[in-house]
This record gives sequence, structure tokens and C-alpha cells, in this order.
Amino acid sequence: MVNKLSVNLGGIKLDNPVIPASGTFGFGQEMAEVYDLDILGSIAVKGTTREARYGNPLPRIAEGAGGVLNSVGLQNPGVDKVITDELPRLRRVFHKPIVANISGFSIEEYAYCCEKIDKEDQIGIIEVNISCPNVHHGGMAFGTSPEMAARVTKAVKKVTSKPVFIKLSPNVTDITAIAKACEEAGADGLTLVNTFLGMRIDIERRQPVLARKVGGYSGRSIFPIALRMVYEVAQVCHIPIMGCGGVSKAEDVIEMMMAGATAVQVGAENLRNPYACKEIIDNLPKVMERLNIDTLESIIGEIK
Amino acid sequence: MRHVSLTITANKQVIPSIYEMRLEGDVKGIERPGQFVNVAINGLFLRRPFSISDYDAEGLTLLYKTVGVGSRKMAAMGGGEKLDILNGLGNGFSSETEYSRMFLAGGGIGIAPLYKLAKELKVKDKIVSVALCFNTANEVFYAERFRDLGVEVYVATVDGSIGCKGYVTNLIDERGIEFDYFYACGPMPMIKSICQSVDKPGEVSLEARMGCGFGICMGCSIPIKSGYARICKEGPVFRKEDLVW
Repeated sequence: MVNKLSVNLGGIKLDNPVIPASGTFGFGQEMAEVYDLDILGSIAVKGTTREARYGNPLPRIAEGAGGVLNSVGLQNPGVDKVITDELPRLRRVFHKPIVANISGFSIEEYAYCCEKIDKEDQIGIIEVNISCPNVHHGGMAFGTSPEMAARVTKAVKKVTSKPVFIKLSPNVTDITAIAKACEEAGADGLTLVNTFLGMRIDIERRQPVLARKVGGYSGRSIFPIALRMVYEVAQVCHIPIMGCGGVSKAEDVIEMMMAGATAVQVGAENLRNPYACKEIIDNLPKVMERLNIDTLESIIGEIK
Repeated sequence: MRHVSLTITANKQVIPSIYEMRLEGDVKGIERPGQFVNVAINGLFLRRPFSISDYDAEGLTLLYKTVGVGSRKMAAMGGGEKLDILNGLGNGFSSETEYSRMFLAGGGIGIAPLYKLAKELKVKDKIVSVALCFNTANEVFYAERFRDLGVEVYVATVDGSIGCKGYVTNLIDERGIEFDYFYACGPMPMIKSICQSVDKPGEVSLEARMGCGFGICMGCSIPIKSGYARICKEGPVFRKEDLVW
């Protein structure tokens, strides 16, 4: 029987396009107790850097009307520990190629981590995060200029054999300029988009809620903006896109794909509903039937 | 962690701004006192974590303070309503210690998880003393409920309007409370001072703004001696010797 949900993402065949977004699923261990992870298309694991990082001081979580503001700041055990500890543990509970998410504070660091992670056979796709809003001197700084984005892409492509997706920041004037720069530099795909810079103030205490004052906003309320960015980029780029931003239900997945996404990441929704990805995957066939969609691949980028 | 729908059977004010909610249904997810629930509240994006103050085979009790929009919405709920809950989160207190004289210190709403803990310790035939610490006399609650358990109860207020004047550490000195092991839950300055000034082993429950409450978002991690720990997952209860100040 033909799997009507399957998609081909940069040469990697996924059973369905639903992928939990990096930073909202840990390294899979906690979620493996909630449901069988093998129902997922793939998993984008927690962002990884060369050195272990604690991240930013608490509080690093705040809330908005339809989303969550975080300033976690790339807490992770470092690329070596990810390879020796986290990946083997994940392999026991998830048996498909995963999306490794790599962050850095210099072009050399991106290349160093990507070269290491590229050798791991569990990894299907390398997602290069040049868009973390929660760190100084790096992260988003690489994702807000087309030149820097291209330099990171080239450096990473030179040392890897796996498909490289660049995860872009929405905190830019024209995301298509950055996207095109990545495509021209050899990126195999793009993840659109990371979180939006935001802020909350506790008016009782007259202090910012977050210790770092600002953080990245994600969740349902960013969906229309993320969708617009996926659509805009899909009009000018020819590499596959993982759509990300505020996806909370099967209909959102279809909308993202119609706008041009080949796969769709689910982020903040996992925090409020640990079953979010499972419910979306369970509902997709019903929604497709209602909308007379035969296969998901057939709707990718149908809105011109 | 268990995802359950529990029915509110009572939700009443204990004193102004402190409420007690009884929920019934499948509560098999709870293993120990000191664990918490994460409650989905209509109109709010994130769930809200609440301490479990008591539980039995049929249900659980949440003792909570109205501090923000989430807890105020909780206070407005009535009997019969159902709540979407992630139950049995966090590690909880260990009551299986070899010690016999146990001291429990709660600051404000931090008293909540100590109630079931005191019950468990009594069942294990421990000698239990409880310090209930507040800012002022009209904030005092649950003193009688603890006395009804048959434990020694001390009250301290910062302004001295009732009980011992000052903080938990003043109370320990002034009343000469002797114990082998302590448990504490309350504001961070209280936790810090009891950990730093008490020369006995113990464990403390911490709180933080949380994203998920079950360990996936790293929103509530703190540095501890052995590395990092998520308050929601490895915590909220930590042994005194594992914390760094």
C-alpha cells in the first residue's frame, strides 16, 4: 500500500512530514515514555555546540497570549557527549534517521561540530542553526546577514556528506535574501523559521520576566508569520524547506506544505501538549480525506 | 508522568489568596510526596505547575496561592469541572531515611508538599516537627491541619505578630529544635539560609518558571554540583549537598 503521508526530504525518505523541532523534544528520552517515537517522520534533537553549555540564568521561560518566550541559551552537553551518550540512548527508542541541530559561536565551531556529527550513521540531516536569538556573539549573528550565512553554509558543506539544512532567523528585514545566499552557497535545504525576538515585563515587580530580558517567542501565534516566510522563500528558492513556527494541528501541516514546505516541525506545542505530534500524525489522514488530498507530496508548494 | 482528566470535587478558600482544590480520578501516577502536577488552563498557552499537598487512592489535593492569571483562573473554577493534568511529575521527597527526628520547614505556600510528607513520616513512626513560616499573622494557614496529624507545630512570622519573630533559622535557635534530618520548601532565600546554616543533612524543594514540566525544554535547569539538573525532572527536590549557592 502506498503511504500517502510520506515525503522525500532532501533525499531522505520520511514516513510522514512531522518532526518535533529542536529544543522542544530534548534528546527524545523523556518523550519515549509518552508514545512510540517511531511514529514520527524524524526528530530534530536539541541544539548542540562544541563545548557543554548551561545556557542563561533563570527565569528563562515567559509566556504570551499564544506562545512561549524562552531564553534557554543552547543548554547542551557538548558535541562529544551527544555522540557518546545521547545518540546511543536515542537509537534505542527511535529507529529512523534523525535531524542533528548544530549551533556555534564561530564559523570554525560550526564546521568542527558538523564534521564530527556527519560521521554518525544515525544522522539523516544536519540542521545548522544560525538563528538562535538567545546567545551573544554567534547564533543569530550568522543568520542576519546573507554574507555570513553563506560563509557558514560553505564551511559546513566542505566538511560534510549529509544533506545540510540551514535554520534561519525570522528577525530579518528580508528572509529571502538570506535564503538565496544559503542556496547559492550550497545548502541542501532550509528550516524556516526559528523564534521571534520578544520580551515580557512583570508590571508588579517592574522587572523583565526573563533574566536575560529578551528571548525567542514561538507557539501558535507566530504561525501566520512563519507561514508567510515559508511561502516567500518557496517562491525564490528551489531547495526543500522544513516549515516551523506555531504548528499545532494537522491542518497547519497541510497549510505549511501548500505554502512550500516539504516537512513540518512542531515546536512549542510539545511543551503544552506532549501528545501534539502524535495527534497531528493521527489526524492527518482524516484531514486529507476531507480535503480530497491524495498524497501529501502532491500539495507541496501548490500555492504560487 | 500520566496524562489524565481529573474532576474537581471541591475548591475552597483557606484564607484570602490561599485555596485548596480536591480532584478525583486516576491518580496512579503519583509515587511520592513532593511531586507536582502541570495543569492545562483554558486561555493560557503553557500549563501551570502546582504542588500536590495530599493524595490517596481516589484523588489528590492542590494547595495553591493566587499569584497570577493562572492561579486566579484556578480559584474561579467550580465543582464538577474537569482539568487536563500531567500528573506525578518530578522526583518528590524521600521518606525512607534511617533518621528518626525529622524537621519540616515550609515558607508561605511552600508548606503545600510538606503536608503529605508529614503524614507519610508519621506512618513510618518518625518524630516530626514542622515549622510554618509567614510574613505576618493573617497569612498563617494549615497550622491546625498539621497539629491534627499529631506532629509538633511551630509558627514563625517575619514581623513577630504571631509565633516566633523572624525566619526559620531564628525559630530553630530560639526553640532549640533538635532533629537529624530536614525537609524544606519555600522562597529561595529561605531555602538558601536553611541549607547554609543547618549542620544536618536534608532535602529541599525548589521552584521555577517552567516551560513543559516534564524535562524536554530545559527552561528550568540549574547548575548543581554534578553538572546541571532540571527542576521539573531531576527535581524539584534536591539533597542539600547537591546544590551550589
